Formats: sequence, structure tokens, C-alpha cells
Amino acid sequence: MRPRSAPRGARGTELSPRRDPPRTQAPAAAAQPGAGRRGQRPWPARTMGAAHSASEEVRELEGKTGFSSEQIEQLHRRFKQLSGDQPTIRNLRKGPSGLADEIDFEDFLTIMSYFRPIDTTLGEEQVELSRKEKLRFLFHMYDSDSDGRITLEEYRNVVEELLSGNPHIEKESARSIADGAMMEAASVCVGQMEPDQVYEGITFEDFLKIWQGIDIETKMHVRFLNMETIALCH
Amino acid sequence: MDLKTFVPFSPCSRWLLLVALVGSEASSDLNESADSPAQHAPKAWFAASSSVPDERISVFELDYDYVQIPYEVTLWILLASLAKIGFHLCRRLPGLMPESCLLILVGALVGGIIFGTDHKSPPVMDSSIYFLYLLPPIVLESGYFMPTRPFLENIGSILWWAGLGALVNALGIGLSLYLVCRVGAFGLGDLSLLETLLFGSLLSAVDPAAVLAVFEEARVNEQLYMIIFGEALLNDGISVVLYNILIAFTKMHKFEDIEPVDILAGCARFIIVGCGGVFFGVIFGFISAFITRFTQNISAIEPLIVFMFSYLSYLAAETLYLSGILAITACAVTMKKYVEENVSQTSYTTIKYFMKMLSSVSETLIFIFMGVSTIGKNHEWNWAFICFTLVFCQIWRAISVFALFYVSNQFRTFPFSIKDQCIIFYSGVRGAGSFSLAFLLPLSLFPRKKLFVTATLVVIYFTAFIQGITIGPLVRYLDVRKTNKKESINEELHIRLMDHLKAGIEDVCGHWSHYQVRDKFKKFDHRYLRKILIRKNQPKSSIVSLYKKLEMKQAIEMVETGILSSTAFSISNQAQRIQGIKRLSPEDVESMRDILTRNMYQVRQRTPSYNKYNLKPQTSEKQAKEILIRRQNTLRESMRKGHSLPWAKPAGTKNIRYLSVPYSNLQLPERDTRAPESSDDHGSGSEFPPITFSAPSRTGMLQERRRTQETIPMRNLPRGGTALHFGHHEGNGSHEELAGRGRRAAVRPRPLFHAVDEEYESGEEVEGAASAAGARWTAEQGHNRGHHESQSPLLQRK
Repeated sequence: MRPRSAPRGARGTELSPRRDPPRTQAPAAAAQPGAGRRGQRPWPARTMGAAHSASEEVRELEGKTGFSSEQIEQLHRRFKQLSGDQPTIRNLRKGPSGLADEIDFEDFLTIMSYFRPIDTTLGEEQVELSRKEKLRFLFHMYDSDSDGRITLEEYRNVVEELLSGNPHIEKESARSIADGAMMEAASVCVGQMEPDQVYEGITFEDFLKIWQGIDIETKMHVRFLNMETIALCH
Repeated sequence: MDLKTFVPFSPCSRWLLLVALVGSEASSDLNESADSPAQHAPKAWFAASSSVPDERISVFELDYDYVQIPYEVTLWILLASLAKIGFHLCRRLPGLMPESCLLILVGALVGGIIFGTDHKSPPVMDSSIYFLYLLPPIVLESGYFMPTRPFLENIGSILWWAGLGALVNALGIGLSLYLVCRVGAFGLGDLSLLETLLFGSLLSAVDPAAVLAVFEEARVNEQLYMIIFGEALLNDGISVVLYNILIAFTKMHKFEDIEPVDILAGCARFIIVGCGGVFFGVIFGFISAFITRFTQNISAIEPLIVFMFSYLSYLAAETLYLSGILAITACAVTMKKYVEENVSQTSYTTIKYFMKMLSSVSETLIFIFMGVSTIGKNHEWNWAFICFTLVFCQIWRAISVFALFYVSNQFRTFPFSIKDQCIIFYSGVRGAGSFSLAFLLPLSLFPRKKLFVTATLVVIYFTAFIQGITIGPLVRYLDVRKTNKKESINEELHIRLMDHLKAGIEDVCGHWSHYQVRDKFKKFDHRYLRKILIRKNQPKSSIVSLYKKLEMKQAIEMVETGILSSTAFSISNQAQRIQGIKRLSPEDVESMRDILTRNMYQVRQRTPSYNKYNLKPQTSEKQAKEILIRRQNTLRESMRKGHSLPWAKPAGTKNIRYLSVPYSNLQLPERDTRAPESSDDHGSGSEFPPITFSAPSRTGMLQERRRTQETIPMRNLPRGGTALHFGHHEGNGSHEELAGRGRRAAVRPRPLFHAVDEEYESGEEVEGAASAAGARWTAEQGHNRGHHESQSPLLQRK
């Protein structure tokens, strides 16, 4: 039942820095253009039939994302359901610029692959690598202008959105929290600041520092099933 | 006559005096030895004086029998407490052995004394006392201090392990012992299957509190911790249910044979008793949460409500023959979340400490009974039975651990490693629960009860001493996966974000698993439950309260360290003139000081730390201090730097974010408008030196005055607004506090005082002042909104 271990060599290069990740609320609607995308090749839906195990593409995707073929098939079914049998999912919400207009199945799968549980049986290095990847993904969730820094403003936005679910919390407290968190980050990352030093924002290195010791392995993962569960929830 | 009355009693009074004076371990010794003559003396005296008419009122009289039970119980508890103090005074000892060992030793000591002096110990422990008074506090405590979130994250494995583990252990030990008993040579032929099963069920109740303490210290990974915690929490309930059902079977067996139908009924009963208990608990939890919503005017009874409702849930479940233990656990878990938000800070503290105290008293008593019954003549030693019991306990624990975790690992994303499983196997420490159940076996049904009690005692002593002492080294030796969870705002934020993220991703994938469930529950909770159960004016999310907590802690630290207090009164007159003058009324000072001394240390705790015997000092205190000091330094440094910064920066250049003190040049008009306002507010006039926001830096005394002036502008920045606000707040504080905070306000941009205020407003009943503060805050906001874009203190344009 546990996702089987998959070759991960390819992932490291494939999933390296992503720009412009989905925002908190709309992971579905958002996608990442550019980096890992191989042209506009739509996922061939008909190859997903009975002969899927032989399909080259499935295997390729397996190698890239680390999903098992059952999981890929399962996700593809879901993808088709979401896209209404189109090769891509369109972004219906006209959000701020920077969000992709549409994503194809490969993008979809790539995003999902960030949420695969880390296979701890692999070597220390691999674990460290995938840990870093996960953190990078998370980092880009904060870093909305993709300048490699989580600035105070960006942090505030995230916190505000996080707290927006509770109408009782004013924006001010959200801001205050973000400010406090930023302070804390500064103190964790820079330590004693020099007189002329300013803390401009959390860089990825700082981000890693903050996450040190918190085992993201057990936090950032979703269980991808091999079975059909859609029927259960609809 | 008077003389005569007095003489026989003088030894007694002397003894009593000594008891009171010595008070330590010797005390009970004296007491015990004092007892026997004390009891005989009156009789002798009565006999002697029987010839004399006895109607006169005696000047001095002693009636020890009247007070015996509470008196001795009090002495026991006192003795155990003193022993605990001694235990913790000795530095090396707590690391060496768990506290339960100490309690057992104390119990054995008392037992030895009682046995040695041939004193008849009061028949305190019986079934109804144990189940009605001693057990509920222990269970309530562990339920109330359960870290909900990690518990729910691992709930599948916990239920699987705690439920099935107890069953497998009980059945395994029972059946294999029964087989051993069939061997004629051991002389155990008269033990029936039901009896050994019952024995197995009482041995299956583990009490890994000592193990948890070790885990806490070794910072083992969360899932391992939670498995053991869950076992501690649920195991008692399950084995008690099993125990009761088996007792019922035994009773029935006396009169008629047991048929398969009965066994089926027993299984069904097992489930109904468990689920019914949980159901009752949840209902009562919601009711008590709902009631605490209306207690804001009589907060003194808040703890009472919590305790009474939990106890009521226990009793109500027991009335219906449901599992009271599971009921009280579920009740505690359910209400905790809402009650904590409803009750005042003081009540919250009271609840916490009272709960710890009650449970530790209960446990101490049980251990002392254990000691008392260890040393005595009521034992039956049978080598075969006892050895096999010990061996089977270990074997079946091993089997159940490895088999059950093999199965559950198939379903887990992060399986329990072999090391984890070894630790779980090794943590099977038996404790007070097993002993009580064995001790309470009805003698009429179990002619060989003594044998059971002896065997149970051996198992408890073995596991508590050998395993309890060696588990620490074992954990370190095996080097299990560790976690170093620290309490930081960043982490909390990231985890929040991750929750949303995971729920979203699962939604996209069309999976339905616990993130989704949690998300749905949260929505439901926000939309309905919280609206019903929580007071209107307390809109707090846990992240806000966490932040407040850290804030508060720092505030205390500031005052505590005393660094700042020395500068408090040296604030220059000049600064005073420049700033709006803040004065405080003595009452305000008093109330504030009260709040500070009583509440601030016990800010709401959200850590999963758990210690059966003690409330830990805030674990993150050190870290908070660290942050605080660093921040302080940082900001002091950056203050200095401020002089070199240009005051007016050309707009439109690249954004550079500073995390340093804001400087601004836009403050003048606003300051003028605000100054009278603030003095109006606080113009009550007092003898206290006026407090300002100036920052008398310790580093540069010469520059101090100048810097003070320069930092004033802060006030008018959006963040600075908080500083002013804060100053108002301080208005109620003690001088030291004032000074500390005042300085801090200047020293660094502290945006969060708003949050802190909220806390006061809601929890600390400083309504008048706080609401004024709130009003001013909004006014301030209005003032500053205009500058907000460009003047954000942390986000400056160069």
C-alpha cells in the first residue's frame, strides 16, 4: 500500500527551482510554467487504457516523478475529471499575473510529486535532497515575486491569508505575527546583527536554517493511493 | 484528677509534637511507634479511672481512632512529597531512575514500618474507593494533557496498538499461563482458565509514565512518543473493561456454565462499553464547554465546572455500566480546547495544577498501598507461576508489538522502525493500575488471590525498576530518530500553511484522507462549534495565542533580568517634556502587578510535553530568552546604526527591507495632536515617575538623550502606533515593568503589543483600560494609515 520506492535520480534535476508556485488557496488552479515543461505535448489519453503498463510515457513519468504506474493512472483519471477530458486544465480564476493559464498532466504530476512521502530507506543524501526539494517548493509558496527572498510584505500576505478564515482576527494581528516571525527568523538566521546590517528577507538558505530539525518528512506529504477513492467522496 | 489526666498523655503529646516537628521520613516512624501506645493508653487510663466517677470534662483528651485514616493518609502523602523533594534535590537521581520507583520505595518503607510495628493499617483501599475516587483523577489528568494534534495524526496506529495490544496481551498471557498450570508438578491445577485470563487482563494494563518522562528528555520522534502516550491513555480503560467483563463471567460461572452465546455477548459488550463511554464523555465535554461560556462573572467556579463535569461523565457512564475511564478521557479531550479559551487565565492555571496534584495524590496513595501490601504476610510464593508470569509478560509483549506493528506499518506512510518497536516492547512498564486491579480481586471468587497479588507485585517491581531504569540508556544506545521540535512562530506558520496545502492537494487528487477530514472538521468547528461553545469576545486562534505567549514571556524576561529596571527612573526630564507624559494610578499599578505575578508565567501551553508527576517549566523559555536577548542586541545595534542613515530617502529607488528600527520624518504634526490626548487619558496623577518611551541605552550614556529624541518618531509610524498604545498599557504596570517595556518599545519595533493587549482585554479583566487602549489603537490606525505604504517600519525605502 505504501508507495513503492522509485528511482529518484531524475527528480533532482527535473524538479529544481520552480518559479511561481500555486498560492495557498488555489493549488488546483495554479501551475508552474516554464522550467520542467517539455513543450506542449498533451498527455495521450488513449494510452492509459489496458495497456498502460507497457506505455513508454507512463514509465517516463514514473522515472521523473517517482509515482507508481497505478498512482499515475489514478491521478490521470482525476486529472481528466478535473479538466473535463481536455488535455490541460485551464486556470479559471483570473488571478494576479504570474499564474499559469493552463497546465498539462505532466505539470500536474510534477506538482503532486512534491507531496510524495520521502522514502527514508534511501540513502542519507537522497533524503536530504528530497527534503530540500520539498522545502524549495514551500519556499516558493511564500516568495510570490520569485526574487529568492521572502520579504516581509510577502510573509504578511501569507499570514493574512492564513488567518483570513477567522473573521475575528484583524489584519493587524496577522501583520504583527508576520513581523514577529520575521524578527524571529532574523534572530535565528543572522544571530547578532552588525550595526550596519539589515535583514532583507528570508533567503532559501535561511529558510533551510529555520526548518532545521523540524522533520518535514513527516509533515509535508499526502498519501497517494493506488485505488479509486473518488467514488467515495462524490 | 487533672494531674492524673495529664500524665498518661504526656508521651502522646510529645510524640505528636515530634511528628509535627520532624515531619520527614522519621515522622511516620515515630507516628507508627506512637500509635500503639497511643491506642492502648486511653484504655488503660479509662480502666484505671473507672473507679472514679468520670463525668468531669477532661482537660486533655486524645482520640486517635477518630482521625486515624485521614491522619495517616495525610502523613503518607506528605512523606511521599518530601521524598519527591529530596529526590529532585539530588541532581543525579532523577536521571537515574524514574519517579515511580521512588514512590514504590516510599510505599515499601511505609509498609515496612507498618509491618514492623505491627500496626494495623487502615483498610483504605477497596474496590469502590479505587474506582470512584483514586482512578478518575489519574485518567482525567492524562486525558486533559493529551496533545490533541499529534494524537489525532497517529490515531489509527494508536487505536490499533492500544486496543489490540491489550487484548492480545491479556489473552496471550492468560492462555499460556493456563497451559502452564495444567502441568501437575507446579501445584497450580486449581486455577481455571477464567482466572488466568483475568490475571492476564490485569497485567496487560501498562503504565508507561516513566517511559514518557525518558522520551521527553531524549526528545524521541513524535510518532513513537504518541504511540506510548496513547497506550498509556487508552490501555487502562481497555483492560479495566476486560477485567470487569471477566469478573462478570467468573461470577456467572459460579452458578452456570458459560455458553458460546455468552462469549459473543461479552465481545459485543466490550465494544458497547467502550464506545458508549466515549460517547458519554464527548457529550459531557461539550456541555461543560458550553457552560464555561457563561462564567465570565464568576470565574472562581470555572475549575469546579471542569472537574465536576468530568467526574460526572465518569459517574454517569459507570451508572450505565459503560466505561467511565474512556468517558472521562473523552470528556477531558473534548472540553479542553474550548474550556481553555473560555476560562480566565487564573482558572486555567488552577485547573492545570489542581489536576496534576489530584492525580499525583491518587497515584502516591496507590503506590503506598502497594508498598503496604508488599510487606506483609499475605503472600503466596510459587516459583513456577511467578517466573512464568514474568516470562510470558515479556514474550507476549514482544509478540504483540512486532505482529501488530508489522500489520500497521503496511498502512503507514512512515513505518515504525525496528528500533522504535524495540523501544515500544521495552516500555511495557506495569504500574499502579495492575496492582490495584489485582488487589481488588474478590477473595470469594478467587481463592488464590494472594498468588495473583504476589505475581503482579513481582512483575511491577521488575518492570518498574529494571526496565524503568534501563530504558533511558537503551533509548540513547539505540539512537532512535529524534525530533527537535521547538516552539517558534515560523514553525507554527509553516505548519499551518502546510495543512492548507495538503488539504488542497488531496482535494485536487480526489483523495479522502485525514487532512481532508481535519480540514472539514476545522470548518465545522469554526462555523458551528466555536460559535456555540466559545465566548463571543474571544476571537483567538491558536497561532495568535502562541505568539502572545512568546511575547509575554519576553516581557517577563525583560522585567526579570532586571537589566532595564535600573534605567527606569533615570529618564530625563527633557524626554518627559517631549513625550506625552504617562502617569498611572496606584490601583492600576496594583492590578497590573497582580496580573503579572500571577498569570504571566503560566501562559497557555501548547507543547506536547507531558510528565505524569509534574508540570514542566516552560520548555521554550530558554529559547525565548535567547531570542529576546538577541533581538535586544540586534535592535540596540541597529539603533546605533540609525544615526548614519539618511533621514529622508528618495522614493522610487529599489525597495530594501530593513528589519530594524523604523525612522521617519513625518511625525511632527501627529505628535502634537496626540500628546494631549494621551495625557488626558492618564492624567490621574500619581507619585510615580512618569514613564516615557525613551530608550536609555546602556551602551552609550552620552548619546542617550539625543537618541531618545530621535526615537520618538517611532510612535507615529504605523508600528509606532503600537508603541504608543503599548505605553498606555504600561500605564497599568509596575515600575519595573514599565521601565522594561518602555525601553523595549523604543529599542525595537514591537508590532505585537496589540496582540498582547487583546490578551489583557479578554483574559485579565482590565477592561476599562484595555478598551480605551483599543479605541486609541484604532484612532492611531486612522492617523497612520496614510503613511502606511511608504512608512512601514520594517519595510523602508532607501
